[in-house]
Amino acid sequence: MATTAPTTSSTALADLVPRLREICGEDGVLTDLSRRRVYESDGLTYHRATPGVVVLPTTTGQVAAVVSLCAEHGVPYVPRGAGTGLSAGALPHAEGVLLVTSRMRRIVEIDLENECAVVEPGVVNLDITRAVAPHGYYYAPDPSSQQVCSVGGNVAENSGGAHCLKYGFTAGHVRGLEIVTPSGEVVELGGKATGAHGYDLIGAFIGSEGTLGVATRITVSLTRSPERTVTLLSAFTSMDAGGEAVGAIIAAGVLPSAIEMMDALAIEAAEAAVACDYPAGAAAVLVVELDGPASEVDTQVERVVALCARSGAFETRTADGPEERALIWKGRKSAFAAVGRISPAYIVQDGVVPRTALGEVLGRIAALSAESGIRVANVFHAGDGNLHPLVLFDDSEPGAGERAEEVSGAILDLCVEHGGSITGEHGVGVDKACKMPRMFGEADLETFELFRRALNPAGIANPGKLLPTPRLCGERPGVRTGVHPLVESGEAEQF
Amino acid sequence: MDDPDVKDVALREGTDEDAMCGVVPARVARPENVGALADLLAAARESGLTVAARGGGTAMDWGTAPRSLDLLVDTSGLSWIDHNAGDLVVEVGAGTPVADLERVLAEAGQRLSYDPVRSGGTVGGALATGLSGPGRLLAGALRDLVIGMTVVRADGVVARSGGRVVKNVAGYDLAKLHTGGYGTLGIIVSATFRLHPRPPAVRLVSAPAPSPEAVERAAAALRASTVVPSAVESIHPLAGPPRLYVLLEGTEEGTTERADVTARALGGTGVEVAEATPPGWGLVPDEGCLIRVLAPPAELPGLVHDLVAAADRLGGRVGATASLPAGTLYLYTAPGASAEAVSSLLERARSGSGRSATLLRAEPHVRDADVDVWGEVPGLALMRAIKDSLDPDHRLSPGRFAGGI
Repeated sequence: MATTAPTTSSTALADLVPRLREICGEDGVLTDLSRRRVYESDGLTYHRATPGVVVLPTTTGQVAAVVSLCAEHGVPYVPRGAGTGLSAGALPHAEGVLLVTSRMRRIVEIDLENECAVVEPGVVNLDITRAVAPHGYYYAPDPSSQQVCSVGGNVAENSGGAHCLKYGFTAGHVRGLEIVTPSGEVVELGGKATGAHGYDLIGAFIGSEGTLGVATRITVSLTRSPERTVTLLSAFTSMDAGGEAVGAIIAAGVLPSAIEMMDALAIEAAEAAVACDYPAGAAAVLVVELDGPASEVDTQVERVVALCARSGAFETRTADGPEERALIWKGRKSAFAAVGRISPAYIVQDGVVPRTALGEVLGRIAALSAESGIRVANVFHAGDGNLHPLVLFDDSEPGAGERAEEVSGAILDLCVEHGGSITGEHGVGVDKACKMPRMFGEADLETFELFRRALNPAGIANPGKLLPTPRLCGERPGVRTGVHPLVESGEAEQF
Repeated sequence: MDDPDVKDVALREGTDEDAMCGVVPARVARPENVGALADLLAAARESGLTVAARGGGTAMDWGTAPRSLDLLVDTSGLSWIDHNAGDLVVEVGAGTPVADLERVLAEAGQRLSYDPVRSGGTVGGALATGLSGPGRLLAGALRDLVIGMTVVRADGVVARSGGRVVKNVAGYDLAKLHTGGYGTLGIIVSATFRLHPRPPAVRLVSAPAPSPEAVERAAAALRASTVVPSAVESIHPLAGPPRLYVLLEGTEEGTTERADVTARALGGTGVEVAEATPPGWGLVPDEGCLIRVLAPPAELPGLVHDLVAAADRLGGRVGATASLPAGTLYLYTAPGASAEAVSSLLERARSGSGRSATLLRAEPHVRDADVDVWGEVPGLALMRAIKDSLDPDHRLSPGRFAGGI
């Protein structure tokens, strides 16, 4: 599956290198194999390819010049932010340029009067919040990798996070974009007002996974920090009871900022890893967070506690201080990495079902697991039906990997069958490009292709991502053996 | 011209009443279902007919006049509501009146969290024009509530993007292009929206807005508070003094307390607290010219004041409604304003960095004059490329959109 170029050997590329150095400087172009290899995968390490050449531009002008050069020579390029993505959306092209935005990390402007900030694409998501927190603001989209992931990457993936249940995705928080198109032109869209005239190009660009260009400057909305935030942990003796509580909360018209759920296996893993001290005997736990004006949150907390009790919760803890809240989140946030404690290898799946189908789909997943003998731990964003089943297997056992993949794939089929989606937040990338036909018909896919070709006519911007190609679609989905490299190094969380 | 002969499509001759920006369509067709519309558009492609869609007909005088209009599609036959209350999701046919949708959702204690700017329209029309009223600060504008969309392309192919779940990043979000696209990239046949529970209590706090400085002070005090308003709207009616409105939604106890905090932030005398929004909340008048201005939010109070004063000097009365935190302003003239006055207001609204303005609706005498309707639209080359790809023969409402698209 992985293709590896020992040196920057392709002639087209080799000819380009001196010109790339003129544009980005000596230290802005990496050609040594060992240095290029650092970039061979993103967070989904199963897919690997050594990039033909790596460039690290520092300005919009450099990005435009690099892309123009690629366009002129018909050389493919792949944009990459912090490389935390989980769909191989930043998988390099062996005969192409990997355009890394990590040196473009200036917060250009913080404009509190207009409640927005202007940032370069390499700025780390959480750094915006760090910069504005003293003024009582934060940047709302909070992907679990927010300590390291870049805002440019968030734009490419339309990232959400645990709190997107209430606050929505990146698309709802971007007012302006400066982009470099696949032909190398710089276009400024939007600004400090919300919206723009003409087609909503910003809306269509966000989530396009680097296939329509590179965002080089981003104007994001800042959100007022809530007056009060309360986190609840509620324990149940069955998943059904936990699911019922979720339904009851939604039906009561309460909109928490997050509703997370874990099953017994996930709780077991979290206990083994971080001793999170969740209530003993819990077959399911819910983590519910409520935020907003104190006068609203206090009433909502009472209601949620009552609704959980009515659905059969045998214990509910409430925390309103940052440290106590972090304790509740600790188990949930550790869950992905923690399954490494109870299984040598695992696949993290990302699928969505309508919330009302959660109970049935979880039942079907349990049946799949029982039939195949493959264990599945369930950790998910229950409020919006975004499942993250962790399919566990022993990679030293012959055939186990294949069986796990089958279970993982069957779970996605269940999602689609129930009117859901093949990806709620990880994106399509390379990993799920071949699964797009499960969710979309031929005419839908052809229309996506027409749109892509309109803005990326030569096909050089992040080829092979997002849409199925005949070349790709014989490959296997991504298997995770061990934890995300950044989680392992302690640089990031993933949950 | 050859009449397209398609099953389940009623066809008649166009009349003056069917005119779009003064252009009378040769034929008006009313398809009964999506399949019939697809067949109709495939037939229109064969015959090279230019096509536009009409929902409630409340925005027929919006945009620029189409260069040609052979066939007007009346979408009123595409009317259905498939509400899944448990998932807070609804799929709606494009021809469904917005009022019908609101009623069905209200019966279930839910709502589509957006304020229409016109009454009498359809869901498809609301999407194609893409505008949102005041209540957009929490759940976003109309475009943010669309989670899936089905359109019929210029060649009659039915294509879907998005889905029926809120959290979904599979494929391009093409609904964003059709929302506010005036039907120039395809005819919207249905959309799926995320919904919200109706808040149990509402407070609308308002105060006089005698000067831009007063509005700026109030806006700053609101930003410094944590009352989390759903709308902050500065309204200058055509007749009567301007007021600043702050909408709070939540529980009875919560909104009462937040209304107190808000009243203090607005300060001064004349503060009123209502327990509902007034009839017509968010609507702009359906006659006269209508301008949409975008500007950095902090500049809006001054800009509104400046535009209203300029209109007075030009001898025409204007009204305005501005969503301050969103940096969006709708400016409307009393009927009969001269083309020169409208043109001058547009120019004034556009001067200054980060500002832009379009003339959404023009009265016939303004349309006939040489007024720059769209102004400078960034990204026009990209928009043209998208149009060329999805409607290569330029048969969908040609000329009605920015840059002659």
